[in-house]
Amino acid sequence: MGDIASLVLRRLGLGIVTLLVVSILIFFAVELLPGDIAQAVLGQSATEETVAALRDKMGLDRPAPIRYLEWLGGAVQGDFGVSLVSGDRVSETIIPRFKNTLFLAAYAAVIAVPLSIILGIIVALLRNTIADRVANVLSLTAISSPEFFLGYILILYFSVRTNYFPALASIRDDMSFLELLHRTFLPALTMVLVVTAHMMRMTRAAIINLLASPYIEMARLKGASPWTVIVKHALPNAWAPIINVVALNLAYLVTGVVLVEVVFVYPGIGQLLVDAVSKRDFPIVQACCLIFAATFILLNLAADVGAILTNPRLRHPK
Amino acid sequence: MSYFVVTYYALLIGASCLAAFYKKREVFLLLFSLTLVSFVMGIVGGVSALTAVSVGAGLLAFAAGTSYAFREFLIIISPDDIAKELRTAPLTAAFGMFVIFTYAIAGIFAPYIAPFGEAEVISSSFAPPDENMLLGADQLGRDTFSRIIYGARNSVGIALGATILAFTIGALCGLLAATKGGWFDQLMGRVADVIMSVPSLIFALLMLSIFGTNIIVIIIVVALIYSPRVFRLARAVAGNIVVMDYIEAAKLRGEGTWYLIRKEILPNSTAPLIAEFGLEFCFVFLLIAGLSFLGLGIQPPTADWGSMVRENATLISFGDITPLIPAAAIALLTVAVNFVVDWMLHRSSGLKE
Amino acid sequence: MKNEKDVLLEIRGLRIEGYSDETWVEIVHGVDLTLHRGEVLGLIGESGAGKSTIGLAAMGFARDGCRISGGTVDFDGLELTTTSESDLRALRGSRIAYVAQSAAASFNPAHRIIDQHTEAPLHYRLQSRMEAQEDAMQLYERLRLPNPTEIGFRYPHQVSGGQLQRAMTAMAMACRPDLIIFDEPTTALDVTTQIEVLAAIRDIVDQFNTAAIYITHDLAVVAQMADTIKVLLKGDEVEEASTERMLKAPEDDYTKSLWAVRSFKRKQKSRPKGKDAVPVVSVQDIDAAYGPTKVLEDVSFDIYPGMTVAVVGESGSGKSTTARCITGLLPPTKGEILFAGETLPASYKDRTKDQLRQAQMIYQMADTALNPKVKISEIIGRPAQFYSGLSGTELKSRVDELLDLIELEPSQYYNRYPPELSGGQKQRIGIARALAAEPSFIICDEVTSALDQLVAEGILRLLDRLQAELGLAYMFITHDLATVRSIADEVVVMQAGKVVEQGPKDQMFKPPHHPYTDLLLSSVPEMDPDWLTNLLEERGTDNIGEAASNQGNV
Repeated sequence: MGDIASLVLRRLGLGIVTLLVVSILIFFAVELLPGDIAQAVLGQSATEETVAALRDKMGLDRPAPIRYLEWLGGAVQGDFGVSLVSGDRVSETIIPRFKNTLFLAAYAAVIAVPLSIILGIIVALLRNTIADRVANVLSLTAISSPEFFLGYILILYFSVRTNYFPALASIRDDMSFLELLHRTFLPALTMVLVVTAHMMRMTRAAIINLLASPYIEMARLKGASPWTVIVKHALPNAWAPIINVVALNLAYLVTGVVLVEVVFVYPGIGQLLVDAVSKRDFPIVQACCLIFAATFILLNLAADVGAILTNPRLRHPK
Repeated sequence: MSYFVVTYYALLIGASCLAAFYKKREVFLLLFSLTLVSFVMGIVGGVSALTAVSVGAGLLAFAAGTSYAFREFLIIISPDDIAKELRTAPLTAAFGMFVIFTYAIAGIFAPYIAPFGEAEVISSSFAPPDENMLLGADQLGRDTFSRIIYGARNSVGIALGATILAFTIGALCGLLAATKGGWFDQLMGRVADVIMSVPSLIFALLMLSIFGTNIIVIIIVVALIYSPRVFRLARAVAGNIVVMDYIEAAKLRGEGTWYLIRKEILPNSTAPLIAEFGLEFCFVFLLIAGLSFLGLGIQPPTADWGSMVRENATLISFGDITPLIPAAAIALLTVAVNFVVDWMLHRSSGLKE
Repeated sequence: MKNEKDVLLEIRGLRIEGYSDETWVEIVHGVDLTLHRGEVLGLIGESGAGKSTIGLAAMGFARDGCRISGGTVDFDGLELTTTSESDLRALRGSRIAYVAQSAAASFNPAHRIIDQHTEAPLHYRLQSRMEAQEDAMQLYERLRLPNPTEIGFRYPHQVSGGQLQRAMTAMAMACRPDLIIFDEPTTALDVTTQIEVLAAIRDIVDQFNTAAIYITHDLAVVAQMADTIKVLLKGDEVEEASTERMLKAPEDDYTKSLWAVRSFKRKQKSRPKGKDAVPVVSVQDIDAAYGPTKVLEDVSFDIYPGMTVAVVGESGSGKSTTARCITGLLPPTKGEILFAGETLPASYKDRTKDQLRQAQMIYQMADTALNPKVKISEIIGRPAQFYSGLSGTELKSRVDELLDLIELEPSQYYNRYPPELSGGQKQRIGIARALAAEPSFIICDEVTSALDQLVAEGILRLLDRLQAELGLAYMFITHDLATVRSIADEVVVMQAGKVVEQGPKDQMFKPPHHPYTDLLLSSVPEMDPDWLTNLLEERGTDNIGEAASNQGNV
């Protein structure tokens, strides 16, 4: 088991290093601003005094590496500084919104992951039939459509024309769970459509890739039925790519949510980011980017560790 | 029971029976499942649902016919070796090529096709369609149809520029990394890892918040974000080639890196790289459309599909489909490219399924 | 002796088509085959003869992209070509079993060996799990696998190739089938490992009186295994006869030519004498390592001008690594390579153009050795252009000259691409490319092992002629002792990164030998049906081969 532990540890180490590098990237990207932050935020028309005051307030006179360490230290403890526009603490704005985003992503994931894996297996079983071709065309279409296209179509048909679901996913804390699910159904469905199509295709591809291997032919020549061949012989070897796809799409759910949140005016972190970008509220932009990047890196890390753990060659060393 | 409903079912059932009689199993299954679906839909949605189904089927048949004719046309006008490849193209790929062709025409000849200029205000805001304006006017009173035509030039042009840049950077680095190996390979791999570990849309938003939103910045930022994908693919494809004995033979002959890339590696990696170019275009196109939709991409008054959706989004709540048209234009082109890429990947993977 | 009732499998007029370039092409053109209970039929032929396809068709199975287009396959009264897929499935694994070429690839990496073994018996409800496992262990014991009670509980990647191949034979036996198809079961194995697997297969087939179709391209192997031999050529039957008769008196010209292959033998040359005789290449005490793993230790040998030195050994013995050290792809960690008395820089990157030109290489797989997207004229022309600076008509006439030299008509091949050529032609192009540099020394890395025997013979003759005409020195890497016998002047035997023995060929093939050389020599199958029996008697115990091969082949 020494092998597997060291592989996992090495992967964890790499993940942490990547995260650090990304945090440096996010912090110092802002330093690339022409002039400095204070100048950029206040614009060309600001007087020398106001710019100097803001500079002083943000501590810009100190060297960047020190400010980076302070920022990182704060970020680790959940403190991202103060918004330049509203003056509120960034963490207070972000945390409830991040919870909303996670809720939406989880909602979509709970539907999409099992659905897409089952569909992927079925389509792999039915390969080269009309059903497979239709599924191929439909899933390609779903992948190719921008989220706002799918979102607005759903709004048009399920909200404006039929009134089954609300068009705006505004939520409050005092709502019951069922009401919450109902209110956020359309944004969740939009994401389910995109993500399911992608995961289904990848699951199918992972299984079909394996079907060419000699041990699958051997299983067939031992008289195994098509279902046994796929579930017992192909699937256990397809976990690594499938886990990868799932993680990639979960990461997508958390980050791709930006567009969906804007379409449905959902109070999540994505919308916050878009607002902050247009207002050039850098502390919030940096915080959101760091959170998104961390989620992304963690999920990829989980996928790689999962792939290591499900690999029979690594699980049962010589 | 209207005549329409009776004819509808009679046709479907008749066709199913014919298919069954001539032992066309797949056709029969398709037709009969359509019959069953229509049966349910007829009960739930009434005649209007059946009309929708027949319109849909008609559209599909029309698209299939167009694609078939377009493919035959391409086969006839192409030289022999390309024609041989084209014969293997499924209808979806032919459809994709037809759509790409149409968009190209619209983009190149936009000023001749569009009745009005892209920023020309010609009527009141949100004016309904009339004989002058095929699709009505937008929130500033500009002709929506003309703006969509110009959009083909702007949106696609910018995406194409970014893709070409991303592709050049990524492919060059990938091929070099595979050929040179060693620290250069390691370094480029790590850089790609870092860029890819930030979600693309988030990375783009960060960069645009800093450098502002002009077209050059968008092209460079998007190219930078997507070049690692090309890098990885090019690195992997070339990685499979550099282990070949003919590369070893060339190295032992004393050939330089540039010769290896140009003469030995590149000719053997064109097929996957071309397919990747298509995929890459889809990603870039969707990302830029997304940015524009958020108001952070291509800025007004330039006609652009993403921003057009955003500008007219309020119309949706009145049940008007105008804002869906530019969105559909984006989706259609992406689908078309994906169809073609799907066929190419299938060809180059050599799967004889 | 055999009456009609004993017939188990009867194939009549079998036609099989394969899908390529958008059309169906017939690859088996009406083959007949009759197999009695307990009989072993050897199917032999070159690659592309349709052996495996016919073997699978005997199970009513066609690979993706193949289909049975005509003829009948009658298995014990059941017509397989018209039987439904589910009835066929019920037959597979229970009454007809299959043993594949590569056991390592044909065992599912995700399941234990014994679970894969018991899958069929449990599926057909022949035995309970305990009984099936018990039975598996007994079969493992009969097949002389080490630790029969325990080995099944390992995963495939934890077991060596030769053992896996025996485990797969045991798996095929699990339901005591009437017929087993062996599809080149020992091709992927080293000669010393091959012996054990052959012996195990033969014993178990005898014990249970199972009928078998044994598919191989190796005549000597099939002579040990089969009662009857059928020779195939490009999807057609050439000849069928009992093994005895087939070996003694083949009728068809093609069969005769197969038998005659090993007849090519060249006069052995000896080292030039005198003080001024300097070896072209002198390998002196080299060590080499891939990362921390040491793969070569104290390897030294000399190659003199105009001579052929064969380097033999099993896979993993370090033959090819030695070649990589000489070419400079893998700089040795110790020792040096002398070229005509001068020390060569360790890495090819530091060598001069002329040093690179002097040593050329010909590869095993001509498919990967020639760039498929480059014209023949350019493949051959490039070294001439690169080293000698030829261009225009000079270059063209040089290419023509080289094509003439390798016995290919220049006008026909000048503008073609490698994928359009046959394996033998590609290998000739590879030779021409090496010659274009006007070298004095060529490394031939298993150049004939991917080729069919007749073609390989042609290549050997060509290499021999070129050596005589151009005075080339060859380093001939091979695992095939027949090749060594026919072309070598001196032999270097390697095992596990060390030179075990070296000397002139005539000495090497005469006792006394180093024990490993002995094992290697005696393990090469001979064209005598009793060879295996005699050998096993001679060796006494069954595990000599195993002990030796375990050292170099983990």
